[in-house]
Amino acid sequence: MNNIIVKVGLASCGVAAGAKEVYNALKQYLKENDKPVTLKKTACIGMCFEEPIVQFEGSELGSIHIGKARPETIISILEDYIAGKAPAENIILAEKLPSRHNDLLANQQRIVLRNCGIIDPECIEDYEARDGYKALQKALSMDRDAIIDEIKKSGLRGRGGAGFPTGVKWQLCAKEVSAKKYVICNADEGDPGAFMDRSTLEGDPHSVIEGMIIGAYAIGANEGYIYCRAEYPMALEHLKTAIAAAEKKNYLGKNILGSSFSFDLHIKEGAGAFVCGEETALMQSIEGKRGMPTLRPPYPAAKGLWGKPTNINNVETWANVPWIIMHSANEYRKYGTDKSPGTKVFALAGKIAGSGLIEVPMGIPLKDIIYKVGGGMKTSKPFKAVQMGGPSGGCIPAEKIDTIVDYDSITATGAIMGSGGMVVMDTGTCMVDVAKFFLNFTQNESCGKCTFCRIGTKRMLEILTRITEGKGELQDLNNLEELAENIIKGSLCGLGQTAPDPVLTTLRYFKDEYLAHIVDKRCPAGVCTALITYKIDPNKCIGCTLCARKCPVSCISGKVKQVHTIDLEKCIKCGACFDACKFEAVVKE
Amino acid sequence: MNNVLKRLDKIITTYQGKKGSLIPLLQETQNELGFLSRETMEYLAEKMQIPAAEIFGVATFYSMFRLEPQGKHLIRVCKGTACHVSDADGIKKAVVDALQLAEDENTTSDRQFTVMEVACLGCCSLAPVIMIDDRTYGKLVPEAIPAILHQYISETSNE
Repeated sequence: MNNIIVKVGLASCGVAAGAKEVYNALKQYLKENDKPVTLKKTACIGMCFEEPIVQFEGSELGSIHIGKARPETIISILEDYIAGKAPAENIILAEKLPSRHNDLLANQQRIVLRNCGIIDPECIEDYEARDGYKALQKALSMDRDAIIDEIKKSGLRGRGGAGFPTGVKWQLCAKEVSAKKYVICNADEGDPGAFMDRSTLEGDPHSVIEGMIIGAYAIGANEGYIYCRAEYPMALEHLKTAIAAAEKKNYLGKNILGSSFSFDLHIKEGAGAFVCGEETALMQSIEGKRGMPTLRPPYPAAKGLWGKPTNINNVETWANVPWIIMHSANEYRKYGTDKSPGTKVFALAGKIAGSGLIEVPMGIPLKDIIYKVGGGMKTSKPFKAVQMGGPSGGCIPAEKIDTIVDYDSITATGAIMGSGGMVVMDTGTCMVDVAKFFLNFTQNESCGKCTFCRIGTKRMLEILTRITEGKGELQDLNNLEELAENIIKGSLCGLGQTAPDPVLTTLRYFKDEYLAHIVDKRCPAGVCTALITYKIDPNKCIGCTLCARKCPVSCISGKVKQVHTIDLEKCIKCGACFDACKFEAVVKE
Repeated sequence: MNNVLKRLDKIITTYQGKKGSLIPLLQETQNELGFLSRETMEYLAEKMQIPAAEIFGVATFYSMFRLEPQGKHLIRVCKGTACHVSDADGIKKAVVDALQLAEDENTTSDRQFTVMEVACLGCCSLAPVIMIDDRTYGKLVPEAIPAILHQYISETSNE
C-alpha cells in the first residue's frame, strides 16, 4: 500500500481555529494504530475561512483538503481515505473529486505563495525538494550585474506599497563603494487588515531568506536584518529555525556554497510602532533608537543603517526574487501587466465569504478578486466598497469595481495598492466611521516629529468624531479638506503624507453619507450610535417579550402577546433588542 | 532587590558593548521583571552608560513597553480594520464588563488580567479576534467572552 501523507495547517490562523487539537487527535491515533500514514505539519494554504484545514494525499483518491476539520471526526475521515472511500465531510479542494473551492484556487497564480500550505516551513529539506536554494546556486554562478539586470528586466516593483522598481533600487546600492553594506527585510507589517507577510513568513520563511541572500550577493552586502513585528510570534519562531538550518547547510555564513561570498542574517524584533514600517524609521529602530523617520535624501542606498549603504525591501518582494532568478524575467513577465508585472498577494478580510490569503496576477479586475477568487459577499448585504492600502490608502466604491488591479489604476482611484490588505465592506459599514477609524489609528501612531501630522491628524479626528456624534457642520467638510492638504504638504514621511487619504477618498465617493450625518443627523448604515434610534414595528411585533428580557436597562415595556415599545429616553442604543428579535420587529433608523 | 539586580546584571552582560541593543535589552528586561520601573531604567542607564532620558524615550515610544505592572494574563483586543467592521467595540465592552473594569482601568484589582487594545493581530479572517497571552480566539461574539474568561479565572482560583 502506498504511504499516505496527512498534513495539518498549523499557521496562526489554523491554530486559532483549533488545528492543534486536530493534529493531536491524529498523532494520538497513529501512535496507537499501525497505519501507513506520515503525519506532517504545514502552514496556511490561504483559505483561512475554512480553517482548520487537513490535506490527505497518497491514495488513489488523489489529494483532498478537508475544511473546518474537527478532532472528533478527523479519524473516521482518515480511515475512509485509507480505505479509498471519499469522505463525506467538507471537501474544499480535491485533485480528482468534486470540491467546493477548486475554482477559487484555479483563479489564482502562486509565485510568492508557491510553497505556503504545501511544505513544512520548519523543514529545510521540504523547501529544497521544491527547488529551494537552487536559485541561490544559480545566482552565485552569475555575474552580479547580470542578477541586477534580470531583476530590472522582470519589472518587479516594491511590494511594500510604493511600487519602486526593485532592480533600480538594487543598482543604486550596488554602485555605492563601501566595505560594509546591509540588506534589510521589512517585515513590520503594521497595516490593520493586512497579514500577507505573516503568512509568508510562517509558511515559507526560506523563500524570503533565499531572496535576501541573492540580493545581498548582487549588491555586495555581507550582513542583513529581518525586522519583524513582535506581534507575530510564530513568524519569528519559523524564521529563527530557518536561519539556523540555512547556516548549517552553508546557505548562510562564511564562503557560501564554496564561493568567496559571505553573508550573515539577523532577526530584529519590532517593539510595536507602526511608523517603523517606514524605512528610515525602521533603521533608527534597528539602531536601538526611537523609530522616527529622517529626511531623505540621503537615501538608504547611500547612507542607511549605521550610515552604510543599505537596501531595504519588503517580505513579498524578497520572496519573488528566487523565483525570478530560477525561471527568468521573461517567464515572470508572462503574468501581470506591462507596468506592473508579476503577481500580488492580497489579504482578503471583512465582509467577504472567502477571507484569507490570495495571490493573483496583476491586471485582474477588482470584481474578479471579490467574486471569483474571494467567493463573493459573506452576507446578503450588497457590496459597498473595498478598502485598500490600510491607513495610507482609500476606499474604492462599488461603481469602480471594474478597476484593474495594478499600481497605476489603483492610484488613479485615490486609493493605493499598498502592501495588500483588502477589507471588503457591505452596506452595513458606515464610511464616515471607517474614515474616523483610520484617523484614530494614524493619530495614535504618528511619531510626533512633524507638527501637521501630530496635531493635524488630531484635529481631523476631532472633526470626524463630531460628525459621527451628530454635531457636525457643513464647514467641517471644508476644514477637513484644508487640513488634509496641509498635512500632506507638511509631513516628512509616508505616514503623515498619506494619513488624510482615507478621509479624502470617502469624501470623494461617499460625500452624501457625510451630508446625511451633518444635515439630516442620520447614519445611513446604522453604525454611529448617537445617530440611530431603535423602534419596534407594531405590525411585526408578536409580543414574545424576548427583547424586554434582553434589554440591559429595562426600557422596553409590553405584556405577553402585546406590542412592545421602547422608551427612547432610557434607551442606551446597545442594540441587544435588535439582535435578539427573531421577527425583525426591532428596526434601526 | 539584590536578587532582581542579579537577574538584571545577567541580561546586561549579554548586551553590553553591542550596537543597537537597547530595544532587545528592554524587551528581555521586561520579560524578566514584567514591566520597566523607573528604578529599573535608571539602573540600566548607569550600567549601560546610556542617558536615562534616552532609555525612557525608547520605552515610551514603543507600545510594547509597560511602565506599570500588569496582570497575570494579558488580553489583547484587536482593533484592526476587519475586527472594527465586525464589532470589535462590542467585544471590548464584553471583556471590560466581564472583568468589571472601571473606565480608566486596564488591570483588574486582583492583578489577574490586563486588557489592552492592539492595532492588528494579523488574523483578520477570524475577525473579531482577541488574544489572551499567546492564544488567539477568533470569530467571537460578545456573548462568548464570559465563558472564555472563565477558563482563566477558574484556572487562577485553583492554584
